[in-house]
Parts: sequence; C-alpha cells; structure tokens
Amino acid sequence: MKAIAGNTGPKVRSDCEISIELKKSGSNEIILNSKVKPLYGDSIISLCKEILAYFEISNAKLIIDDSGALPFVIAARLEAAIKKLVKTEKEYLPEIIKENKYSTKPDEFRFSRLYLPGNFPKMMLNAGIHKPNGIILDLEDSVAPAKKDEASYLVRNALRQVDFYGAERMVRINQGDHGIEDLKFIVPHYVNLILIPKCETADYIKQIDNEIDKIRKDKNIDYPIYYMPIIESALGVENAFEIATASKNVVSLAIGLEDYTADLGTKRTKEGTESLYARTRLVNACKAAGIQAIDSVFSDVADMEGLKENVCISKSLGFDGMGCIHPRQIEVIKDGFAPKEDEIEKAKKIVVAFIEAEKKGLGVVSLGTKMIDPPVVKRAQKTIDLAVQLGKLDMDWLKS
Amino acid sequence: MKFVKNAVGRLIPEEINGKPVIPFKGVGKHRPEGRKYAPQISTCADYPDDGNKLQPSLKEALIKSRLKNGMTISTHHHFRNGDVIANQIFDIAKELGVKDLVWFPSASFPCHQHLIQYLEDGTIHHIEGSMNGPLGRFATKGKMKGVGVLRSHGGRYQAVQDGDVHIDIAVIAAPTADTFGNATGDRGPAACGLLGFALADSQYADKVIVATDNIVPFPCIPWQIHGNYVDYTVKVDVVGLPEKIVSGTTNITKSPDRLLIAEMTAKFCDEVGIVKDGFSYQAGAGGTALSIGIYFAEMLKERNIKARFIRAGSNKYPVQMLEDGLVDYILDGQTFDLEGVRSMRENSGHINTSPFTSYNYHGKGNFASMVDVAILGATEVDVNFNANVVTHSDGYLLHGIGGWQNCLASKCTILPIPLFRDRIPVIVDEVTTLCGPGELIDVIVTERGMAINPRRKDLIEKMKGSGLPIKTIEQLKDEAEKICGKPSKPKFGEKVIAAIKWVDGTVIDVVREVID
Repeated sequence: MKAIAGNTGPKVRSDCEISIELKKSGSNEIILNSKVKPLYGDSIISLCKEILAYFEISNAKLIIDDSGALPFVIAARLEAAIKKLVKTEKEYLPEIIKENKYSTKPDEFRFSRLYLPGNFPKMMLNAGIHKPNGIILDLEDSVAPAKKDEASYLVRNALRQVDFYGAERMVRINQGDHGIEDLKFIVPHYVNLILIPKCETADYIKQIDNEIDKIRKDKNIDYPIYYMPIIESALGVENAFEIATASKNVVSLAIGLEDYTADLGTKRTKEGTESLYARTRLVNACKAAGIQAIDSVFSDVADMEGLKENVCISKSLGFDGMGCIHPRQIEVIKDGFAPKEDEIEKAKKIVVAFIEAEKKGLGVVSLGTKMIDPPVVKRAQKTIDLAVQLGKLDMDWLKS
Repeated sequence: MKFVKNAVGRLIPEEINGKPVIPFKGVGKHRPEGRKYAPQISTCADYPDDGNKLQPSLKEALIKSRLKNGMTISTHHHFRNGDVIANQIFDIAKELGVKDLVWFPSASFPCHQHLIQYLEDGTIHHIEGSMNGPLGRFATKGKMKGVGVLRSHGGRYQAVQDGDVHIDIAVIAAPTADTFGNATGDRGPAACGLLGFALADSQYADKVIVATDNIVPFPCIPWQIHGNYVDYTVKVDVVGLPEKIVSGTTNITKSPDRLLIAEMTAKFCDEVGIVKDGFSYQAGAGGTALSIGIYFAEMLKERNIKARFIRAGSNKYPVQMLEDGLVDYILDGQTFDLEGVRSMRENSGHINTSPFTSYNYHGKGNFASMVDVAILGATEVDVNFNANVVTHSDGYLLHGIGGWQNCLASKCTILPIPLFRDRIPVIVDEVTTLCGPGELIDVIVTERGMAINPRRKDLIEKMKGSGLPIKTIEQLKDEAEKICGKPSKPKFGEKVIAAIKWVDGTVIDVVREVID
C-alpha cells in the first residue's frame, strides 16, 4: 500500500512531496531529500515522527522530497498521504497562531480580493504583505481534480498558521455537494468569508447555512462567517436577489464572467457589452438587499492600463470591488475604487454646506446656486467616510 | 596552525598557503608601508620592431611564456559564463604535464567546472578567486589542495599592485586586438564591452598574452588594453561566447514580492533625500536592483531632473536612462548584456572603468566612496548588520565577492533582501561568513519591513513619521524565525578551505570545510 501527496520538481518551492508505504512489520523509516537538510533536517524528521505516532502508524516508509516546505505544509502533505491509506476521523491540527483569530465586519472593505491556488503553498506565505482587502484560498478551479483532497488539508493548515496580516481570510469552496464537504476543513479554523462558486439558488445557501450551524454546534464556534456567492450563470443572474437575501450571512455577491459568458454561448470581450445586463442586474439586486456587489477578475495581468479602465467602469456601474489574480493588481484596484481627490473635495464642500444649513436651521441645502438633495448629501458623507478610512483624508478635516 | 581573533571576532590562521596573514584590523585601520610591486624592466630589443607579436597558438604562447610548475595564471570574466579560454589554458597545462598551478581568475562561473579534474589531478593547486556552483562544492568539501582566496574586484587590483599576488602569466581574452596587443572589448563578433578586470594583470604580470578571434590592423582603437604591456598575441577560433555574458539576472523582476522590496527601497531613498538632481547610485544586476533603477527613472522623469552618474554593471535599463537623458554618465565596470556593449561603443557618456579607478583601496581615493547610494545583495545579514555574500547558510561557497565589499564605501549602503529564501532565514544571529562589517551597512529592506542601522542616526531622524514599515533588525530576525523555525548550524570541520580578504588585503574571515 502506497500513497503520495504534495509537489516536487525543479521549479517547486516551499512545498514537498511525501510518499508513504505501509509495510507489514518493522518500524518507521524516513528518507529525507532536502536542500535545507543541514538546517532543518532534524526538525522535519521529528515532525514526521510525531505525526506518524499521532495516527498510530509504526511501520511506514516515508520518502520526503522537500523544497523548503514550512512545517504546516509538511504536516498537510503527510496527513493527506496517510488518509489515502488509513481511515480515521482524527485530524493533526497545527497550532492556530494568535494573529489569525480575528473577525471581520459584514461591510468590510472588499475592493480587492487576491485569489491564491489552494494547493500552492509558496504564494500563501507572502500574500498578506501586498495588503489586499481579502485573501482567497481557492479549492475550486485552480486545483486539479486529483489534488482536491490534499489541497483541503493544506488550506486548513494555512488558515491556522499563515499570517495574512489582517486581510480578510476567505476560502472558495467547490461547487455543489463537494462544496458542502469542504466546509468541515475551513469552518473550525477562523475563516472569515466563504466564496460559493456557481451559485444558482437560494436553497443552496440554506444548505450551507445548515451545514455550518451543525459544525458550529459540534465545535462550539461563535465567530461570524460570511458568504460571497459567485453568480456565474444565466439562472444565477435571474435569482440574484433571492440569493442575496437567502441568509443574513450573505454580505456580497460576486460575478464570474468567464463561466457566465460561456453559459450565454458568447465570448467575454474587453468592453463587456455581452455582460452588461448581468452586471447591472447583479448590482441592482445587491443594492436592493443592502449588500456589496463585486466584479469579476481582470485576467490580463500585464495590462495595467486595461485594468485601470476596467476598474473605472466597474465603479461607475456601482460595484464595490473586484477580484485580483496578481498582487500587482491590488494597488490599481484600490486606487480605482477609492474616492478621487476632486470627488473628496466636492464631498467636503457638500458636507460643509449641509452643516452650515443645519446650524442656520435651513431646511434646504444649497451650494452656490445649486440646490442639494438629501441623497447627494448622503453620498457625499459616504465618500468622506471612505476617504477617512483609506487614509486619504484626516479624521479631523472639518476642524482644519 | 595557530589562529588569532581579528577585529570582527573571527578566528584567522596565521598563515595561508604558506604565506603570513594580516588579520582584519577594522575599517581604515591597516596602513600599508613600502612601495608598490613593480614588474621587471623590459626592452624593445626583445620585441619585434614591426609590432607583430602573433604566435601560432595559445599553446605556443604559453610555452614561450615559460609555463612551469607552481606558476600563477590569471584570466578574466568579461565573458562571464561564456568564457572558453581558462579551460583551454589548463587543458594545455595538463598536456604539458605542468603541476601545482595557481589559478587567479577575476571570477569563476559554472562553465569552469571543467577544471575540477585538474584540481583533482594536481594540475591546479588552488584557486584565488570566486568559487561558485560545482567549484564551490568541491572546495567546500575540503578537496582542494591549497586554500582558496576570495577578493573583491578592488581587492584583486590591490593584491596585484601591492605584490600580494605575483602573476606569472596573464591571458587576456579580447574580442578585438591588433598583433601588437592593443585590445578592446567593445567591438568584434564576440564583443563583451570592456576589459577593465585585466588592467592590473596587463600592468603587473611577468608575461601577458592577448588572445582574440578578431585581429585588426594596427592600431586597434580604442585600446582598452595597451599593447605596450603585451608579450604575445594569439588568434583563436572563438574567444568567448557573448550570448552567455547574459548569465546573471539581467531582467527586472516579475516577482511581486521583490517588486515590493524594490518599491520600498526607492521610496526610502526618496524620503531621505537621496533622489535629487545630480545624485548618483550603484545598482547591481539582480532583478530587484534593476527594478529600483526603474523606480528611480520614473522619479527623475516626473520631476524633470537628472542623475549625474550610475555606477554599473550596465545593461539595457541604465542604457535606456542614458539615452533618455535621465543620467549624464554610466561609469561601467562590466557589461551585463549586449545592449550595454552597444551603448559603450556608441554613447560618449558610457564610460569604461576598471577596478583601479572604481575600487582600489590602496589608491589616492576611488569612485566607490563618492556614490550617493549603493544597492547590493547578500545571502545573510546578522543583527549587527554584518553581511555575507560568499557562502550559503549551509556553509557552501556560493558567490564571489565581486565589487560588493568595495561598494560598501558609498554614502548609503542598502541591502534589499527577502526575509527568507525557501525557508532559510536571511536575517540571522550571526552570519556564516563575515564579508562586510556592519558599520558600513546602513539599511536592510525586506518585504516585511526595513531596518536602519542604529549608527545612522541621521537616517533614523529623517525617517521619523514616515509611512514606510520601519522595524529593528532584531524584530526582522524574530519574524523570520517565527515563520521558518530556528535553523540548526551546518557541521564544519577544522580545515580552512578559503580565506575572505578585506579591501585592504587583510583577512576578515575564513570558510571551513563542511561535513555532511
């Protein structure tokens, strides 16, 4: 009986491949090939021995091809390999670091969310330093079918051990029943938000709610976990409002345009005319439900100008953020969604005029010769709040 | 063998390869006495009046140069990994049955692993120069007969000039030469840019051979190497592979983590006021350093100002800046790509320099200390800001010193480095090999924050209130260890396998053999 988990090869970094063979008798034997052996060989071997003992395995032959994997990666790879051979409910959970025990708010900024392939540890280590609003550990499309199982252990361990420096910790689960199965790997480990791909019905959201409630009771969990269903089909678009209001945990809807355009039988273009209806419909559903609307990713990572234009259109349609697939996109997206200098200046004037009018007891606010309606004041106040939170405006701006 | 502790606390043997050693005394503390080394007087009576010093082959030239046991043979790395001449020299030595040679290259590259057989069979006794890749592994395993000696580019000039190293035969591979021995690197089918690393050798070696695959009628202009120093010239089929000079990292990095480090470094330079009209910088060939140059270029363009000079390792990026009018001069020590070669040939502001003008510490000043900011790499930095560039944390020789030690003399030295590489922390308690004393290293920039040397109170003051993530070096070290775990130390034997020279010829550290 033999099983393998993980990755190896000349280009692989921060990962390892572990093969395990259960022998009929004898004792555990560990062969380690690693560049970091002189520095970490002893600690890698003692970690593996500890995990084998935890799963009560005493006659295995392990071969570890290591490319500088951190302990949480080695543990995930070994556990995934063991579970291909041994049926057990036990989980080897690395300690959860204290930095990871934070919660987020329903209306957290979600301008930029960085997608990371869930079976690729190297990208996880430094993702947080690029300061995206959210980091998505992806179990769905970026993981090959044969690697799905091992990715769930890696994502679980990453949630416990990788410091994302305050980014909202998100996981994209698989579609359908597989997605429900994924929940036990993430819910008990301080995930902040779950992305639900190819979501088409409110009913599916309820299934997720039920499953999470079960895990909550079982594991005594009380921190909030939000959902961001991804609308990626014609049916999903039609049901957007029901999905948006299916659970109090739905804090935003995202649109996935590659799948959506495929479903329409058309191609995604840069101008996006083919998806204009879907996008505006989704924005409308979100605003009606009082949640955020998030736009699709821009997939040409080299085209920063194109991204800028895209963000501009997104913002003008009413979206509150978009996904990113490369860290260099984060700053562009953040800049795009943040209020511009002239917008802030205008908002300041409106808010000042409003305060002046209130002081004077005037029912009507005017700026110059223009009358200003209450919704305009509300929008201006929102712009000011955003600018303050993004550090673009001093909190005490009114005093100066 | 007796050992003494030098000024940075490293144990140094009293003798290396049978020669007495001066332990490092501190920066600027060693004051040499006496006069420079001088080569023998030559006479025109011994050289052809028509200037034709052409020999039928490299072998013939070496025989005429009286190649014999125990000699020191020098070559240069202008072709980097495309050098073919060094291997040929030792093939000939082997054929002639010559033993115990000392190879004195200005740097070695992976292409030189061919020479391991000659280190094994005794043709070569030891190497005084960088040892990377397979050569580094071989030496670090304690298999080389003698002790390797690593010097900076400036230190190599100093050692030759001071007579620490006596070169018996220098072979200069030149892309273009005349039969008199005037030679240049900026043109010819194998153009590599400049020949600055061979300057000391041409001036001080007993015998000088110029090998080229492109002979032009006298005079070869420009004459980067003067034929008046040259004993013999040789025509070879191929003098070097210019496409392989692009063997370092010569593209800007695509890694988002490294770009972030580059961006922070550039911002730091801006915030402390380094980036201004007329400033100067040195940037190496690494992807991060090149990206910092791009950020500088953007700042200059935006503000409509100019840098006065770039000290380089040039390639297409500084060349672009020169041609866009963002800098007056490139003071070039080495070209890293063919755009650099072209520019050196075509642009009057692209100046060829040598380790003598740029780096020699035993001169009346050098350019390195006039540079406003030097951006360099390191394999390790310790909590006292001491840095290592020659060994990996596992103890194996990995890189040469290059101009690194010399550049530490700049007004501000910044090391942009990742906090860890493949689980191996870069910021450590104590560096494996100490190549540069912490007092000369001012700022460490990592993707998780930057640390300013406490000695640089002026920089700390200027950065007060900055939005950049400034931490202490201990905080950075702790962060690296928290992520990677605390590493064990590799196992070292007693045997010293290489000495690391400081820019003044004293020994700052030694490398010991690694036991697996």
